[in-house]
Amino acid sequence: MTAMIEIDGLAKRFGPLVAVDNVSFAVAQGEVLGFLGPNGAGKSTTMKMATGFIPPDRGTVRICGFDILDAPIDAKANLGYLPEGAPAYGDMTPRAFLAFCAEARGYSGFERDRRVEFAAERVEIGDVLDQQIETLSKGFKRRVGIAQAILHDPPVLIMDEPTDGLDPNQKHEVRTLIRAMAEKKAIVISTHILEEVEQVCSRAIVIAAGRIVADGTPAELAQRSRYHNAVTISIFDGPEAARAKDDLAKVPGVEAIEPALGRKGIVSWTVLPKGGAPLLDAVSAVARNAIWEVEELKVEAGRLDEVFRNVTIGAGRS
Amino acid sequence: MRGVLTVCKRELGGYFATPLAYVFIVVFLFVTALMTFYVGNFFERGQADLQVFFLFHPWLYLFFVPAISMRLWAEERKSGTVELLMTLPLPLWSIVLGKFLAAWLFTVIALALTFPMWLTVNYLGRPDNGVIFAGYVGSALMAGGYMAIGACISALTRNQVIAFVLSVVVCFLFTVAGAPMVLDFFSAWAPRPLLDTIASFSFLSHFQAIGQGVIDLRDFVYFIALIALWLFANAAVIEMRKAN
Repeated sequence: MTAMIEIDGLAKRFGPLVAVDNVSFAVAQGEVLGFLGPNGAGKSTTMKMATGFIPPDRGTVRICGFDILDAPIDAKANLGYLPEGAPAYGDMTPRAFLAFCAEARGYSGFERDRRVEFAAERVEIGDVLDQQIETLSKGFKRRVGIAQAILHDPPVLIMDEPTDGLDPNQKHEVRTLIRAMAEKKAIVISTHILEEVEQVCSRAIVIAAGRIVADGTPAELAQRSRYHNAVTISIFDGPEAARAKDDLAKVPGVEAIEPALGRKGIVSWTVLPKGGAPLLDAVSAVARNAIWEVEELKVEAGRLDEVFRNVTIGAGRS
Repeated sequence: MRGVLTVCKRELGGYFATPLAYVFIVVFLFVTALMTFYVGNFFERGQADLQVFFLFHPWLYLFFVPAISMRLWAEERKSGTVELLMTLPLPLWSIVLGKFLAAWLFTVIALALTFPMWLTVNYLGRPDNGVIFAGYVGSALMAGGYMAIGACISALTRNQVIAFVLSVVVCFLFTVAGAPMVLDFFSAWAPRPLLDTIASFSFLSHFQAIGQGVIDLRDFVYFIALIALWLFANAAVIEMRKAN
């Protein structure tokens, strides 16, 4: 697998503010890279440099082997980009707007119309193709922006918050679309929705204060959580249940015990392991010996939101 | 070249997508006629030419052209579409040129729609149509000059009102560069060659030269060079200020 996006040592400052500081990564075909970070961490600036909108102070960007500064036209031709907020010409209809984008990418006549139809179909905007864009709902506007980014079937797709402002159904559709396209493309999406990373991304990069603070598969990131391999046990309330916490504390390899969200008549505890070691066997052994009426027993993979907080807080600018 | 055409087509289509374009053209035609007949006393002069018609063009363009050019880039910046435009596989110069050509073409269309003036003067007498044609060409070139200035200034800001006011001011300076009120300011201290240079920047003198049917290559070169220079500056401004 060759890398289709190669970013090396990217840096950008705006006056005294260091927006992006030495960011390097590569994305290969078939990968969906989730670009995570708190607001103002430098996600959008990195994407703007990767797509050739703003020049970096330092570092290089190569799209399908084309340097974005030395061969911008070739690089941009291989690239589909959804800018932040999905901007579009409000006084145009989606049909006219997409036709313009297709023409700018060198399609004309029948082929142009075919491209417009193809993109409109993929994001399901066929019904509003002839309405003015400014009269469309936020969800449709976003989809027009996505259509614009995919109409030339680019090998590289970069999308800045593709699901921002969509309702849950629309989010699901966009994620399905991204997954469907993933196989043949290298895709980068920025987001601050963690469940999105788990659902669509094969890899996640967390950026804070302009620097990469974590890079790995969502599962790998989750392993960094103190909840990785934690066991949550739910017991029907009773005299034994009252002592459950003390019994659990005696299990070897337990780091901490936290109350979990229970329901009426049920007591729940989350048992955190030391160093992420598996704990399920030990906990279930205790439960069997104590003859608790166990309602539920589940192992966690880890909590991405907790990892996200840990790696980004402290890295922030002060 | 494909980029120029594509951008120009979209931009020009954008003008006519809203009723604003039609309102603009109607007002332009109305004001041109008003100036010609009432201020310029077209009939009382009793001459079969369009001198008084062209006389007011610089002053009309001074306000009409910035009104068109102000949104050219400021709007793209404000709505964020500039990001979209700049990440299409098109060279920057083709986008700058395409947008300028669209706006210029729009004013040329408005100018062309003043053809009833030409019909009128031909009905009333036997004018020198060569001179009139030269006047139209000169007027179109001058509009292009104003438009290039306005386009560049529009790229400086995301606020259309600021773009308009600044453009009017700069266009005004270029219009009156040869007038005594400007030259007097310099004549006290500036050397003669500088004074001549400033005077030679005047739209008025170049336009009047063309309008009198004197086809001097230098006047054409002046406007073409001026347009090229401002468009070059326009591209430079876009390149520099993309980030903010």
